[in-house]
Amino acid sequence: MALIAIDKLVKRFEGSSGRGPIVAVDNVSFSVHPGEVVGFLGPNGAGKSTTMKMVTGFLTPTSGTAKVAGFDVQDQTIDAQRAMGYLPEGAPAYPDMTPDGFLKFVASARGISGPARDAAIKKAVERTQLEGVLHQPIETLSKGFKRRVGLAQAIMHEPRVLIMDEPTDGLDPNQKHEVRNLIKTLARGSSSGGGGGESAANDQGRAIVLSTHILEEVEAVCTRAIVIAKGKIVADCTPAELLAKSRHHHAVTITLRAPAGSRVRDELLSMPGVRAVEVATDQTARDGVASSYTVTPKENAGDATLAARVLGLCQSRGWGVDGLRTEQGRLDDVFRDLTATKE
Amino acid sequence: MQGWISVFRREFAGYFATPVALVFIVIFLILAGVFTFELGGFYGRYQQADLRPFFDFHPWLYLFLIPALAMRLWAEERRQGTIELLLTLPIAPFGAVLGKFLAAWAFAGLALALTFPIWWTVGFLGEPDHGAILTGYLGSFLMAGSFLAIGSVLSACTKSQVVAFIITIVVCLVLLLAGLPPVVNFLKGWASPPIVEAISGMSFLTRFENISRGVVELRDLFYFLSLIAACLAMTSWVIEAKKS
Repeated sequence: MALIAIDKLVKRFEGSSGRGPIVAVDNVSFSVHPGEVVGFLGPNGAGKSTTMKMVTGFLTPTSGTAKVAGFDVQDQTIDAQRAMGYLPEGAPAYPDMTPDGFLKFVASARGISGPARDAAIKKAVERTQLEGVLHQPIETLSKGFKRRVGLAQAIMHEPRVLIMDEPTDGLDPNQKHEVRNLIKTLARGSSSGGGGGESAANDQGRAIVLSTHILEEVEAVCTRAIVIAKGKIVADCTPAELLAKSRHHHAVTITLRAPAGSRVRDELLSMPGVRAVEVATDQTARDGVASSYTVTPKENAGDATLAARVLGLCQSRGWGVDGLRTEQGRLDDVFRDLTATKE
Repeated sequence: MQGWISVFRREFAGYFATPVALVFIVIFLILAGVFTFELGGFYGRYQQADLRPFFDFHPWLYLFLIPALAMRLWAEERRQGTIELLLTLPIAPFGAVLGKFLAAWAFAGLALALTFPIWWTVGFLGEPDHGAILTGYLGSFLMAGSFLAIGSVLSACTKSQVVAFIITIVVCLVLLLAGLPPVVNFLKGWASPPIVEAISGMSFLTRFENISRGVVELRDLFYFLSLIAACLAMTSWVIEAKKS
């Protein structure tokens, strides 16, 4: 059973001052199964947050349905909300409260009390490493700690469905790393953190959806990527498949020690199976000017011999080679191609 | 349907986590004292031991203090973004509305209860009608609740606490004055008698005066309680409507 089932979700906002209505989410459908970590990608204003707000019951859809753990978010709001944890964008929390008080409030609102409450809070605090700031007002905490308070709140009832709107936005690289590790741990299932790493995707697993515009995050933690632009889904596949859409997928980049002029580019381009050659000149290279050439193969066939052939050509011409690498593809390019073409 | 208790507890404790509680209670007590003793002629009441001058000023005290308490109920949640958190917790919107309102009402009740020395003083000085004083407190508490409930609706309508504050004052002022001669005379000029009747029947002041004189009529109680209930239902409706 899909833990999240979204069917033809539409959200129209009435435009102000005579403008036409704005379609923020346009006929979006997808399902998320246990064990899946879905990265929700898209430019700002693409409709990521609006979709999440409808799934969590904060916004009412114009049409379409969202089901969480089998409960219709519109008709069985409370049941659906009980089954999920939600980190809203910016991790809002009551500034005057301490994390301890805040987590106790959320626990009580979720009907967790007594020893179960203390255990749930203790575990969430451990997972998000909040021990040091438990009794400081939230308004005095750094952005990273505030975010972790929001995360602790979202995970403490061990929800089957976890929805996070930009969980790592504004964090420093160390904090991002920690949050990503936490997400990976959560994805592994509802068994306690120290347990063995049993099979990843199972019926006990969670469904996790996180929105981001940081592309490496998708590669790092997600099993699936959904790209949304102007309210519509433009791609729904694994991160690897997304990478494969890159024109740089399986491309070979070679860096030459000395500038060899346009001759190099032309010769590389004339090799069989080559579609394009991009030249980048690196002024900061060790000894003067080095140029790197990115050789893109025709089709995404994955030409295993390309690297060897490029190297062979360079050696036969006597060009000093500084470095050579095969590209995995660049998510940035895919992201731009997918989301900017619909102007 | 027990989520309202969680909201109630958080909200009530919230008043004491900030200077709000201290400032509100101190100002309320000082103003109540000033009004009673200086403006109300408490000392000049010949051979009378009662708290009329004390209660007479409550509507005017509440007119400014209660909207200040009510304005933050929802406007602040909206501005901080915590409303998104609150409404995605498994609590029915009405539960959140009720919890917040009851916390504010309990807090106003606490401030009111802290005026007890004044009761003790008249009791010490003379032989007051304790029943009338008790109903005075009841009337005052009900009126505070009505102002708060009106403020709750208006706070749910806006993100700006200042807007909520000002509009709440205006609405409460209109309801206070509704039964007084200037308003009635003004209405009589153009409105049909049933409308004049209806509007003057809405007056807080006449009902409050009845209750604080010791005349507790069921219809007056019903008026205040149904006004509160209607306002809370409306708050809940506004919050639901703002979801789309």
